[in-house]
Amino acid sequence: MPKFDFDVITMGHGSGGLLTHRLLQSGVFDVLKNDMLDQQHDGASFELNGRTAFSTDSYVISPIFFPGGNIGELAVNGTVNDLAMCGASPKYLSLAFIIEEGFTMEAFWEILVGIKSAVNKSGVMIVTGDTKVVEKGKGDQIFINTSGIGVIHPKAKIHHNHIQAGDQIILSGNLAQHGIAIMSKRQGLEFETDIVSDSTNLNHTITSLIDALGDKVKFLRDPTRGGLASVLNELAEMRKLGFVIDQNKIPLDEQVEGACEMLGLDPLYVANEGLFVAIVDKEAAAQAIELLHKDENGTNAAIIGEVTETHPGKVMMKSRIGGHRVVGYLTGEQLPRIC
Amino acid sequence: MKFLSEYRDPELVKEYVEELHRITTKPWTLMEICGGQTHSLVKNGILDMLPEKITMVHGPGCPVCVTSVSVIDEAVFLAEQPNTILCSFGDMLRVPGSKKSLLEAKAEGADIRILYSPLEAVELAKQNPDKHVVFFAVGFETTAPANALSVIHAAQQKVTNYSILASHVLVPPAMEAILSDDANLIDGFLAAGHVCTIMGMEEYYPVAEKYKIPIIVTGFEPVDLLQGILMAVKQLENNEYKVENQYVRSVLREGNRMAQDTIHKVFEVSDRVWRGIGAIPQSGYEVNDAYKQYNARFRFAIDIPFAEENKECISGDIMKGLKKPRQCPNFGIKCKPEHPLGAPMVSSEGACAAYYHYSFNAMEENIAV
Repeated sequence: MPKFDFDVITMGHGSGGLLTHRLLQSGVFDVLKNDMLDQQHDGASFELNGRTAFSTDSYVISPIFFPGGNIGELAVNGTVNDLAMCGASPKYLSLAFIIEEGFTMEAFWEILVGIKSAVNKSGVMIVTGDTKVVEKGKGDQIFINTSGIGVIHPKAKIHHNHIQAGDQIILSGNLAQHGIAIMSKRQGLEFETDIVSDSTNLNHTITSLIDALGDKVKFLRDPTRGGLASVLNELAEMRKLGFVIDQNKIPLDEQVEGACEMLGLDPLYVANEGLFVAIVDKEAAAQAIELLHKDENGTNAAIIGEVTETHPGKVMMKSRIGGHRVVGYLTGEQLPRIC
Repeated sequence: MKFLSEYRDPELVKEYVEELHRITTKPWTLMEICGGQTHSLVKNGILDMLPEKITMVHGPGCPVCVTSVSVIDEAVFLAEQPNTILCSFGDMLRVPGSKKSLLEAKAEGADIRILYSPLEAVELAKQNPDKHVVFFAVGFETTAPANALSVIHAAQQKVTNYSILASHVLVPPAMEAILSDDANLIDGFLAAGHVCTIMGMEEYYPVAEKYKIPIIVTGFEPVDLLQGILMAVKQLENNEYKVENQYVRSVLREGNRMAQDTIHKVFEVSDRVWRGIGAIPQSGYEVNDAYKQYNARFRFAIDIPFAEENKECISGDIMKGLKKPRQCPNFGIKCKPEHPLGAPMVSSEGACAAYYHYSFNAMEENIAV
């Protein structure tokens, strides 16, 4: 960690004056160094070839440090993954901080290091940004917004309109890891586990999937907030098709399952980060699984269900014991139960 | 997952379902007491596996559902007092009061915290000596020991800025209220396994005898529930009415004596108004005189008018087993989880919520309306 003038972020660090300049010079610019950021201009200018995807997301997570990552990594991976779900290779990112007065430099530095490591892993470049400081009590430590631009794979044809009955629903790994890792550290809910967030970049995984299967990959989505259930419900509603999943086939870590049981949460609604749902042509599904199993982000990938003509507009789940139930939207937040 | 997967074994489920089909000759209506059981039945698709002659109706064992509007109003009142932190189990936050829910009060700035255990609330009181911390102590006999223990801990540690708003309810008086209703159709009960883990089975023998009704203390997993139903149907087909224990891995006949002693140290039995059902004598717990300093009703001058229940909500009929959620004209139309008319639509143990979220038939019929 470089030497900063202050131990904590002050209002002056967001003033646009000398303190801002020093923070950016010895902090942000130095860590995230690249040709475009070095220009230190009001915006970044660059050329892009081909169809382009554009996405934005704000990160307000609490706690900001959690098992398996921090808000900085999350802010990069989240937007990188949103672009990847469009079938795009992420190229450029903007990075904006809203920091609460009094936030420690040490924590800020740790977040920057997280950002740096996520940037390196995904291969995306941070080319522009912003830093604002708000008075104590007007924020919650630190909020981050990232927006990103990516170039869409020439073979990609990702659109929900391409989904049809018979397509297979693939989940790339274990469900609910991220949400439960966060909850295990949230104030008042601390419990002992080894569960770590699955936060990671998925862009390389998606590129190799589209390289091999092209338009047989019909739809991609990372089931972040709202979880798997929300993604499938949105699709069912838009396509007026049924989405039938099998509870026995959904990959779920035993500890995560235990934590969900204890907390009264349904893993179908818990947030994920380094996970995606792919709707794939029936003929290509086996090949997709084979590919994913060789990828570090897909070792537990599984076909969890099928798109059907029956039950249009609904998500159905075959329960462990062979019964059936509807999987609806989540209403509000999942709240812990009484007993 | 060990200790759970055994009770979700598809083969065992199949075996019990087949036996039920084989032995059921007459129509029987069974009530599962606990909302956790209701959700397990619906979520696992068990209702569709049962013989047509067996009707399951869903009992009052959802603490969130039976907490009266006035008590929610009391909690909102306390949460809105200056320098006060109201702590609650998460379930209670969405339940509508006469003017607002706790979630709405929180959005307006009240300091409301979701906790898993009342003991955390005592810790919170210690960390915030300049504030008063109230724990919203709802629940059946199951949560009463932990809530009582929080009061004992606070007293032992001389934490004076802590109190509880007790709204405990008791199962046996509710069962009697349901059975003595003229419209009652229930032939047998699945008693709530967790309540009996604490209280044991003794209270149920006189009920079974008086109303000549089988009572099976039952767990919550698919295999538990099917075995419980099977035990009840066997009794009914043989014209028997006994108290039996399906949930032997958790329930002793005498219950958990230490937990009972903790309850009795802090609480006394009191009358209680149940949402949708009305006042039931001697059906709740209130903090006793010895610990009145820890009773939020004693510590605060709670000044709120008595609130009427929403008449459009038929939760009383549902929790007495007289109606099923989909028989409510407002189900899924005027009453949805995002705009509930009553608590059963929002509680994670509420019967209406179970049908709304998980039951295929309920949704189909609703769309047809």
